[in-house]
Amino acid sequence: MKAALALLARDVRLAWREGGAIGTALGFYLVVIVITPLGLGPDLNLLARIAPGMLWLALLLAALLSADRIFHNDYEDGALDVLTTGPLPLPLVAAIKSLAHWLTTGVPLALLVPLLGLLLNLPLAASPLLVLAMLVGTPAVSFIAAIGASLTLGLRRSGLLLALLVLPFYVPVLIFGVATASVAITGPASPWPPLLMLCALSLAAIVLAPIAAAAALRTAMR
Amino acid sequence: MPERVGLAALNISCQRGSKVLFEDLSFALAPGEGLLVTGPNGAGKTSLLRQIAGLLPLAAGLLSLEGPRPDVELPELCHYVGHLNGIKTIFTVRENLAFWADFLGDNGSPLSPALAAFGLTPLADFPAGLLSAGQKRKLTLSRLFAAPRPIWLLDEPQVSLDAPSLKLLDDAIKNHLDAGGIAVVASHTALKTKFAHKIALGGKRKT
Repeated sequence: MKAALALLARDVRLAWREGGAIGTALGFYLVVIVITPLGLGPDLNLLARIAPGMLWLALLLAALLSADRIFHNDYEDGALDVLTTGPLPLPLVAAIKSLAHWLTTGVPLALLVPLLGLLLNLPLAASPLLVLAMLVGTPAVSFIAAIGASLTLGLRRSGLLLALLVLPFYVPVLIFGVATASVAITGPASPWPPLLMLCALSLAAIVLAPIAAAAALRTAMR
Repeated sequence: MPERVGLAALNISCQRGSKVLFEDLSFALAPGEGLLVTGPNGAGKTSLLRQIAGLLPLAAGLLSLEGPRPDVELPELCHYVGHLNGIKTIFTVRENLAFWADFLGDNGSPLSPALAAFGLTPLADFPAGLLSAGQKRKLTLSRLFAAPRPIWLLDEPQVSLDAPSLKLLDDAIKNHLDAGGIAVVASHTALKTKFAHKIALGGKRKT
């Protein structure tokens, strides 16, 4: 337990102090959302309709930007070898590092949504629901990204390959994430079914992804 | 005081790609015994250490551990010091060591002996990224003292150390062995410590 907390605290502190990691993701998110209305024109109804989708898309891409950070630095400087000899099983190490990625990327990006939603004319009523959907859905984003990050360890310019590998797996998260928020804009339907599906996706990713990531890490370290 | 364990290898082999690095390697280390692994570049010294640390699978053979706690796996008793230092450059020396002490050890031993072991106490609050290559190496080796573990796997530990630090390292290995620990050291240059066992890899090379 102490080892797990130490690893989580270290990863969060590293991400915070390196600054570039969180800053790049947040900055990217901001820029994409700011230039979207410039490209689409000032049709407020159109913007409001596509706002949840745009916010989700930008979030996925921003999270992917920092995904290779989950394992890459530890792999490069040899810390991963030592982490493997620790008291925690490797899947748990992968899970904690994914959790740290979620805390430093998914959570701040989701909390930024009410502000960025204004730029896309997102109805205020939809904002809390969208934040909730993102907080619930982004664990799946971080944990699935960890699979891609571990598979592309040791490759040069792995960022693009990582996106190619991982983005298809984000489709369900995207669909149910947008559906949750769209309910508040378009219709009287209940937001709970898609929200619960998001929960299920995240829970499944939290359980299964670390096992896959650990297997890929073992191969990468050989 | 490390717990007393014995380590034995029975006919282990190592294969990298299609190339067999070594075959049918056996040794048995009792508590307090050291093993010096020598051999030319590419003979499999690092691979042997990584196999013991559980980072590389055995192509054949068996590694067995004799210890007071049968439920503990071999890698958890090993300190693996490889070519890479595993240092976070934006953390201070103290933060680096504190993390390894918390992560690898569980008994909350104080940090000051680990900092003092290789004379890093004056640099404790210095960012590790500003250390010289030798100082980084010393920080890496200080990990051995941050969390007590019975088996030390040292891969070329002397790289970029100066003469006084070499002596500290030598003494550290000797003290560890005297206290009943095990050390497996891969090295080209001689250490003063007397090793009970020696293995020269690369004698019969197969492709």
